Amino acid sequence: MTAAPAREHAIEARELTRRFGTFTAVDHITFDVGVGEVFGFLGANGAGKTTAIRILTGLLAPSSGSARVAGHDVYTESEWIKRRIGYMSQKFSLYEDLTVGENIRLYGGIYDLSREVVRERTTHMLSRLGLDAATRVQALPLGWRQKLAFSVALLHEPSIVFLDEPTSGVDPITRRQFWELIYEAAARGTTVFVTTHYMDEAEYCDRISIMVAGRIGALGAPAELKSQFDVGSIDELFVRLARPTAGAAG
Amino acid sequence: MSAFRGLLRKEALHILRDRRTLAVVIFMPILQVILFGYAIRTDISRIRLAIVDPSPDAATIELRNRFTATDAFRVVRVLPSAGTLDRLFASGAIQEAIVLDGDFANRLARGLTARVLVVADASEPNSGSAMESYALAVIQGYERDIAARGGAVRIVPEARMRFNPTRASANLFVPGLIAFVLTIISALMTAISLTREKETGTMEILLVSPLKPLEIIVGKVLAYLVIGFVSVLLVVAEARLVFAVPLRGSLMLLLGEGVLYILTSLSLGILISSRTSSQRVAMIGALAGTMLPTILLSGFIFPIESMPWPLRAIANVVPAKWFIVIARGVMLKGVGLEYLWPQTLILLGMTVLLVAAATRSFRIRLA
Amino acid sequence: MNAVTVEALSKRFADVVALDAISLEIAPGELFGIIGPDGAGKTTLFRILVTLSVPDAGRATVLGRDVVTDLWELRRRVGYMPGRFSLYPDLSVEENLSFFASVFGATIEAQHDLIGPIYDQLAPFKDRRAGALSGGMKQKLALCCALVHRPEILFLDEPTTGVDAVSRRELWELLDRLRNTGLTIVVSTPYMDEADRCGRVALIQRGKLLGIDVPDRIAASFGRPLFAVRAAERYRLLIATREFANAATVFPFGDVLHYTDRRDGVPPERIARELREHLQARGFADAEVQETRPTIEDTFMARMGEPERAA
Repeated sequence: MTAAPAREHAIEARELTRRFGTFTAVDHITFDVGVGEVFGFLGANGAGKTTAIRILTGLLAPSSGSARVAGHDVYTESEWIKRRIGYMSQKFSLYEDLTVGENIRLYGGIYDLSREVVRERTTHMLSRLGLDAATRVQALPLGWRQKLAFSVALLHEPSIVFLDEPTSGVDPITRRQFWELIYEAAARGTTVFVTTHYMDEAEYCDRISIMVAGRIGALGAPAELKSQFDVGSIDELFVRLARPTAGAAG
Repeated sequence: MSAFRGLLRKEALHILRDRRTLAVVIFMPILQVILFGYAIRTDISRIRLAIVDPSPDAATIELRNRFTATDAFRVVRVLPSAGTLDRLFASGAIQEAIVLDGDFANRLARGLTARVLVVADASEPNSGSAMESYALAVIQGYERDIAARGGAVRIVPEARMRFNPTRASANLFVPGLIAFVLTIISALMTAISLTREKETGTMEILLVSPLKPLEIIVGKVLAYLVIGFVSVLLVVAEARLVFAVPLRGSLMLLLGEGVLYILTSLSLGILISSRTSSQRVAMIGALAGTMLPTILLSGFIFPIESMPWPLRAIANVVPAKWFIVIARGVMLKGVGLEYLWPQTLILLGMTVLLVAAATRSFRIRLA
Repeated sequence: MNAVTVEALSKRFADVVALDAISLEIAPGELFGIIGPDGAGKTTLFRILVTLSVPDAGRATVLGRDVVTDLWELRRRVGYMPGRFSLYPDLSVEENLSFFASVFGATIEAQHDLIGPIYDQLAPFKDRRAGALSGGMKQKLALCCALVHRPEILFLDEPTTGVDAVSRRELWELLDRLRNTGLTIVVSTPYMDEADRCGRVALIQRGKLLGIDVPDRIAASFGRPLFAVRAAERYRLLIATREFANAATVFPFGDVLHYTDRRDGVPPERIARELREHLQARGFADAEVQETRPTIEDTFMARMGEPERAA
């Protein structure tokens, strides 16, 4: 990637905190994500994942602490961050009443890409996915829609892409094809920041963090974490961290 | 707790929880009465008046003096003929003119009908109607006094609006406002509330329960019936206290007809919700399907008589048109069912049809 | 008598076949799982079984009653929790519960033995509005509401979708307890790993059944040797493994790759050795290849064939 920043960290968060009134949603979290890394961001519902992602994507200012995303400060350079990242969520990704090609052109327009660049990348993307530009998005099965949405989020060649539960409800084969797209992007140097409720997908990540009540309860490569906490799977680790009383409750 | 009481309690909680909507529903009618009321009460003193009196004598001078005597009018011209009125209106020198028949006094003396033409500048429609009603009030006072002296007289005032034929007055708009308020509360709120159940998915659970469609509907609309009823009382009371709008007929009859009209609107709301699945669409549907006709085609603001015939024909199927005729009859004319039974019957027929259609449209399954 | 009997049930919406001649039977007291991704037809099937929708063809009975003709009787006896959160967000936990109790003429107190274990977890939040609950708590409340009239059979449509792994586990523990009371439970899920929680499961994909059996037998029915391949640098490993001349399927699976060979009748040890040599030749000195036990997800992928193509 030409746009790869000189620094080796795509994301640097230091003591990052966000309070809503008396409630601390994100509580002094510190972590780094390396360039080209696939980073799994896990946590129970309400553990503060969404708030943290909003801060890192420049949508929400932190209360204290610092963070740099793609080399830009989240306090002062959020507009730069928005240009340098891609974002895709399970809920909203593409306009269903537009065709595949129209969605891509729209997205290219948002990021000020020239017509030639959009045309060239569209051709490449569609042949990679095996899709027709004239298909309406609503006619695509969910899994295909998500693969397309991911590719569209990469259209402007962001240095980091944020994926919020991208594979929810997708069939097992398409889910794996989706992860191959993630690997491909990472191999090209794009940093991938992904959340998921599928614990087997946590194992696909280079490193993961598990948020518990606003803090980072565990951080490391899946294999390391499993041996460190002496558990057989990330699922087990997740449950142990997120429900400390599990032993007592049975 | 019985299923039905449970439903009622739930609806009441929804309404009480949504304070903002509740406030809008309660205060909007009150505010509207004030807005409509004051909007037409602007600038109604010292109206620049011209009187055209082709053959002055004691009778016409007495009438002229009555205009001079009130604060509302300032007689700026007395003219022998109506020929220059156009120019005076156009230049703004006068705002209103009273044109007496050449043989006004003569006809009065002989006990014949004497005619008075009232011409008002209605380029600003609300003050136009106000000026007109003021002039009419002066003429009627004159007429009553002559009658009291034993003269058998009839003056037929003929009002003509210059530049804009619209007529509105506090007395005329309050019945229309009642219809408008009831439409919003009944049709719009019901449609939104039912589609909200679809959006949140709770309709799925209600349908799977042993509740019958009629129970769900009645449980849903009863709350809005009560709110609608309270609103009618508020509007009538406010109109009376603040603007002295009369209630000449029976309050009971007015409220009874109000309930009938609420049922019509509720059924419309249910019908709209049965065709839509999102609150946004339901809102647009209710606006286009009930509120716009109520405002535009009911005689609330624009008189139906001055519409082209296709619109007059459409107005006949707007329930608000009939309700407004009824409400004006009861409030302003003080007449009862002996005169209003045809309109009541039409409204009743519409209600029966709509309730039947709404009940039918409410499916026992999803699709 | 079966708790549920479905015979050649079909339903289509416009040009989409949601259910394609599905047949299955569920015995009383079973915890039965219907497993498949979004768009498989799970919700359509559930809606027909709970009398919310009418099939185009075929027949279904629940508790021995026809789902089309006996709907009013069934609606008293069936419990249903729809796929998305379907409670009143502006009402409190307790208000929601007492409303749904009243709809069935029941009271919370009278059902305490059944819903007590769940309700006790909700009790600290009973005055909180349902819309402000966390995902897991919402699902527990919805479950309570579906149980409050003591149904004879419970249908849960994707109760664990979008819920974190911990809450999911708690929900399954609750379902386990309910099953012990003798309640028949039919539950759908897109998470293959939840199949093991069920007594029997049906795999469903694009309106068609891919199999019905106890989870272990479904997994065991995979029918081919399956290998777990392990090495650092998984993406390169994936590509290198695919390039092995005899590879049939290669899928990422947790922290390993799952590999099947295209050859029949070759001893597994030989396949493992050849693949290891292939990978070592590609520079994966640490490559490990071991035969492994298939899971339901492996079976599902093998039976679903080609994933749905774009239209």
